[in-house]
Amino acid sequence: MNRIENTEHQRLTFWEKLYLPEIAKGLGITLRQMFKPKFTRQYPEERWEPTGSYRGRPVLVLDEDGERCVACGLCSRVCPALAIEVQAAETEREKERYPEKFEINMLRCIFCGFCEEVCPEEAIVMSKDYELVFTNREDGILGKDKLLVPIHKLQDRLEFLREYK
Amino acid sequence: MPHIYIDGRLFEAKPGQTIIQVAYENNLNIPHFCWHPELSVAGNCRMCLVEVGFPKRNPDGSIQVDADNRPVINYFPKLQIACATEVSDGMHVRTKSERAIKAQEAVMEFLLINHPLDCPICDEAGQCKLQEYAFKHSRGFSRFDEEKNHKPKRVIWGPNVIFDGERCISCSRCIRFAKEIAKQDVLTFVQRGDRVTIELHPGTSFDNPYSMNVIDICPVGALTSRDFRFKSRVWDMSFNDSICEGCARGCNIKIGVRQNQILRIEPRGNPYVNRYWMCDYGRLHYQYVNENRLTSPMIRIGDKLEKTNWTEAVNSVVERLKPIQPNEIMFVASAKATVESNYLLVKFAKEIIHTKNIDLLEHFDETFGDDFLRCSDKTPNLRGARIVGASSTSHSYRISQLPDLIREGMVKALYVMEDDFDDFPELYELLDEIDLLIVHQYNLNNKLTQKADIVFPAATYAESEGTYVNVDGRVQHFKPALVTRNNLRFMGMKMSRLDKFGAFNDRWSQFEYRDVRQSWEIIQMIANKLGAGWNYRKSEDVFNEIAQHLNEFKGMTYQLLDTHFGVVVGKSKNPDPVVPVYESHYMKPD
Repeated sequence: MNRIENTEHQRLTFWEKLYLPEIAKGLGITLRQMFKPKFTRQYPEERWEPTGSYRGRPVLVLDEDGERCVACGLCSRVCPALAIEVQAAETEREKERYPEKFEINMLRCIFCGFCEEVCPEEAIVMSKDYELVFTNREDGILGKDKLLVPIHKLQDRLEFLREYK
Repeated sequence: MPHIYIDGRLFEAKPGQTIIQVAYENNLNIPHFCWHPELSVAGNCRMCLVEVGFPKRNPDGSIQVDADNRPVINYFPKLQIACATEVSDGMHVRTKSERAIKAQEAVMEFLLINHPLDCPICDEAGQCKLQEYAFKHSRGFSRFDEEKNHKPKRVIWGPNVIFDGERCISCSRCIRFAKEIAKQDVLTFVQRGDRVTIELHPGTSFDNPYSMNVIDICPVGALTSRDFRFKSRVWDMSFNDSICEGCARGCNIKIGVRQNQILRIEPRGNPYVNRYWMCDYGRLHYQYVNENRLTSPMIRIGDKLEKTNWTEAVNSVVERLKPIQPNEIMFVASAKATVESNYLLVKFAKEIIHTKNIDLLEHFDETFGDDFLRCSDKTPNLRGARIVGASSTSHSYRISQLPDLIREGMVKALYVMEDDFDDFPELYELLDEIDLLIVHQYNLNNKLTQKADIVFPAATYAESEGTYVNVDGRVQHFKPALVTRNNLRFMGMKMSRLDKFGAFNDRWSQFEYRDVRQSWEIIQMIANKLGAGWNYRKSEDVFNEIAQHLNEFKGMTYQLLDTHFGVVVGKSKNPDPVVPVYESHYMKPD
């Protein structure tokens, strides 16, 4: 006696059961949208510019007097995905330590922003860069050449951090 | 015997001890910077301030009690430093009272006024006493708004030590070490007040053979190692316990490893061998483990050494040993190899090959030894090798006779385990004249490797488990610190976080697992090929057999050696007592 009550079919009204009027209603919605303003973008010609709060690819800040990073390794330590590898070396500058090697494995990165949060020098920040395409695993590991970004390109994020961090 | 109460607990003290000593011997930690059990008391950091008092007495001499029948304690109005206050009977000490905590917080705030807080740059971060106490005993903020003092930075003190004046908290541990332990009294405080800094006497250099110990005892990062500077963060390294193999003293060490490379070596406290110290030579003598290593067995084909696999190398040994008479083979054991390896080599020679020709080379350097830790015997295990029978007897060939024996054709095959003839260079010329030269070696650029017919890559001390017997006859056990293909699953080996969790495609996990084996394993492979049927699965199996057969080792186990800081030969029944070992600053996380 397993009778199923309240099925989809039982819930339909008479007009709905007729089927064709409902089809016409659906097509009407589609037709109406054609005269409303469009939200789609012509990517890649038309690009979206995120705000300062956006967490894109992590990058290293390149100050007027060189890179800010002192290779303390805190980002590497805090990274839950083990994406960051830092090798420190000595320099003659006032801050006597700099990253000889700084690699972020974008295959591992989960864009959590912990590295930025823990950084004592404000040297690693999340950029607005969201276009991360590579065609093999090796290209997914970004070295210092790709990570260093001039500070004027990161003003939005730095202002955001100063306000909310 | 004075009895004292620390935080309400009763302790028995020896007369003349200070409060901090009693506390440390009973595993209580009173915060301190300048006190060190091996150094004199300076009492200048003021971190160990505690409340000290005595019970109030009635006019008749009896102790006053309160309503709960507890003695009324009359605490001194001023706090005392625990490191310089001698205990006396009935003393009451409070280390966690409100006043003591307030004093600790005040001292921390004072020390941090001129401390640069450049932890991101500093090598000490992660194992820094000041950092640790800033968490435990500080309020977490500073009321100091003015500019911090500037002092000389990156001052080169000597060949191995760099000084940073700004980070220094003037605890004077290094000054006292130089004067009392290293006996090179060249350091002193100059200036006064907040400008105080440490300088060398003019025209001197801090270049004694023990200079790098000041790096360990420095509670902050003011003293750093020129060799190690910025190579790695401490939390990225693993530290495994081992024994230094630089000389026969057998100082206890910790090996700092990242990416399967030794990055630094630091001493580990052992009250019966090296206390808390070790020499600079031992610390810096690790390059041969990292570089130029043999990675697989090799066989000479024509003029060149060709890589091969273990089975083929072993087969080749067996085949080429066949035509040679037992008394034409000479085995050279090694004072650089473990007791286990030497024991199996002797067993192999005597029971499988049936020859008595075993001897070993001594490596003495009279200029190296001194009256503190360094010994002129530059091998770690000469006594151990002798005890297991790895030296010549009156019935066998001696290594000093070897040139003549080779010239006369009495010795046609030579089996050299983990040693070289650098102290015996005339032998190198003669090696071309013998039929077969089998060696166990660490390095590719070794002269003996270049001459050998069959080369087995041997594990260095940093990759082995085993025992050494030091110059005083103390048997000490050590475990591997580096990963090889063979010891990948060694129980209890610490590996750093990166080394442990790296995937195959992470660049930082691309280090090589060297295909090296311990000498006893290699000997066992050859012996079993010759039908010995040995079944030792780990070093401990070999050691247990040694402990059964040899009186000197009777009753010893690895566990016994570990708990008692090593055991002197023949004294396993009454080993030295276990005493607390002082640890100046811990690494966090463990």
